[in-house]
Amino acid sequence: MLRTEEMILNVGPQHPSTHGVFRLILKIDGEIIHEATPVIGYLHRGTEKIAEDLQYTQIIPYTDRMDYLSAMTNNYVICHAVETMMGIEIPERAEYLRVIAMELGRVASHLVWWGTYLLDLGSQSPFLYAFRDREMIINLLTELSGARLTFNYMRIGGVKWDAPDGWIKKVQEFVPYMRRQLAGYHELVSGNEIFISRVKGVGKYTKNDAIAYSLSGANLRSTGVSWDVRKNDPYSLYDRFDFDVPVRQEGDALARYECRMAEIDQSLKIIEQACEQIPSKGPVLGKVPRMIRPPKGETFVRIESPRGEIGCYIASDGSKEPYRIKFRRPSFYNLQILPKLLKGENIANVIAILGAVDIVLGEVDG
Amino acid sequence: MNLEQPPSMEGFLSFFIYVVPFLIFVLSFVTFAILAERKVMGTMQLRSGPNRTGGRFGLLQTVADVFKLLLKEDTIPKDADRTLFKWSPILAFVPAFMVLAVIPFTKHFQFADIGIGLLYYVAISSLSVIGIVTGGWASNNKYSLIGGMRAAAQMISYEIPLVLSIVGVIFLAGSLNLNTIVGAQQSVWFILYQPVGFIIFYIASVAELNRVPFDLPEAESELVAGYLVEYSGFRFAIFMLAEYVYMFAMAAMTTVLFLGGWHPIPYFEMIPGAIWFAIKFSLIFFSLMWIRFTFPRIRGDQLMTFAWKGLIPISIINIFLTAIIYEILS
Repeated sequence: MLRTEEMILNVGPQHPSTHGVFRLILKIDGEIIHEATPVIGYLHRGTEKIAEDLQYTQIIPYTDRMDYLSAMTNNYVICHAVETMMGIEIPERAEYLRVIAMELGRVASHLVWWGTYLLDLGSQSPFLYAFRDREMIINLLTELSGARLTFNYMRIGGVKWDAPDGWIKKVQEFVPYMRRQLAGYHELVSGNEIFISRVKGVGKYTKNDAIAYSLSGANLRSTGVSWDVRKNDPYSLYDRFDFDVPVRQEGDALARYECRMAEIDQSLKIIEQACEQIPSKGPVLGKVPRMIRPPKGETFVRIESPRGEIGCYIASDGSKEPYRIKFRRPSFYNLQILPKLLKGENIANVIAILGAVDIVLGEVDG
Repeated sequence: MNLEQPPSMEGFLSFFIYVVPFLIFVLSFVTFAILAERKVMGTMQLRSGPNRTGGRFGLLQTVADVFKLLLKEDTIPKDADRTLFKWSPILAFVPAFMVLAVIPFTKHFQFADIGIGLLYYVAISSLSVIGIVTGGWASNNKYSLIGGMRAAAQMISYEIPLVLSIVGVIFLAGSLNLNTIVGAQQSVWFILYQPVGFIIFYIASVAELNRVPFDLPEAESELVAGYLVEYSGFRFAIFMLAEYVYMFAMAAMTTVLFLGGWHPIPYFEMIPGAIWFAIKFSLIFFSLMWIRFTFPRIRGDQLMTFAWKGLIPISIINIFLTAIIYEILS
């Protein structure tokens, strides 16, 4: 007798489109998915546990390795948490440098996402275009911090060192260049019939679902919720800049794509303003005690990373190491909705949905 | 070659005399076509492509790649269907090569001038899907199974618009013989009489070749490599060879059916037909590459909808319109 049976398809941890070592166990009937079980933890390094044995400054390089596509925001969140606890004043120039570095990192991160997402959808060339422009950002950040990816640039109370001469000018030259490139990318991809047919209406969820699953970043803003920590709960200098929060109503992969592309534009706008406002001279490290011992107590801060809301909780017992440290890693939370989204979908859509969530496995696994 | 004469020693020998050089010609074409594709891809993607092996332009890169593949260990998965696994590369390769026999490259350079050349081409080329399906099945791998099934669905679906789109050409030429079809384009190429037919044929041939945006059977980002997952070494090389030879055949066929084969454009008659054929052929070949580097992949259900609800009705309408207009005008 003819019959069909469910097949278990193991996607990953070594699969070209899982963006690292993510594993998905799919129960499929033909090409239709009945059940999807994500398996994570292949890149777990126990950052939070290691941090309990480290002094606060020593934790900073570990945060570089969590969300390795935008290490600057991770650097910032730990510094920001400690500074909040100790009430340290940060010199203005340092704060501007931080903002420029973070926003450059956001552009770089979104470029990587754009390139790899198109690669997932089967288009090869955008990947290389995106990486060319990202390379320019990486070069700028290398000049600033000395490292390509794991910057370790921020310090509690400021930044490691001042920007080299003429660096601000280089950043100012980069902004119009990136705008031109972005217009080209929109021309190349955003209007492409095949691309739109692949992402429109795919991986759709509602506003309530997004909030219930604790999504953040573009994953939340694509459903019509205007929530950006930079705007709603300003930290650093973000209340000084004029920028918009791109919001889309549809809640599908195309909406997330549009949100991220618009965010690149907004980040460029912030960089432009920051480059104009930055004081030309001044200290880059505030008055920080030689040994950093936050007072007894706990604190939680949150900032907007390219992937969503990244938070840092520190419980201090007054010693030079944290008693407990916990990062709210946005990729991990954003991934929660995946089993719900994948149910009943086609295999080809798995990649389109997973890619649109924009995960970094270093961050998911912590 | 004269097909009417009974088999004889001379016939057998002449087979080798003609065919072996042709085989070498096609293989060297494939070698440099792959290099050209990688070079064009490199240029379009802001990099230089192969530039180490064989001088600055990487002229021997593909040769080195082929040698590497031939020298690799021959691995067969433990639970694979060994017989089918070994035969499927050959099943994919043979039809791709067989169709080359009927293509008229110039007025005189054609191996088998058979009366139903076009029908032969269509019939034999549709066999190559068998190799892909059996390869996907025999590997005993879920990814290759899905890839093989996708290939079957896709290639059978697109076979239909491919055949329907050339019916208009057959009407206009009044023959299935490829030489006669080229001869009928002496004054006007059929691309001008059959623009819709040309577009459908072109799209369907991209789908038949499993290339972007119709590369679902291989779908690197979803199925890793589709039906090729378990193939390595020379079996993989033969699959790739089949793919490129088939591409050669498809581009040649497009030239023959719609671009006037070896006919020159007016006032440039002094350039020999072979060069004209090569120019037109290269244009088609280049456009196939160009598409590959530009578009994303479409989804399976969209692929089917596009074939059954888009291409097939249009090609049927095209046949009727061609027939009616042809009747009125003649």
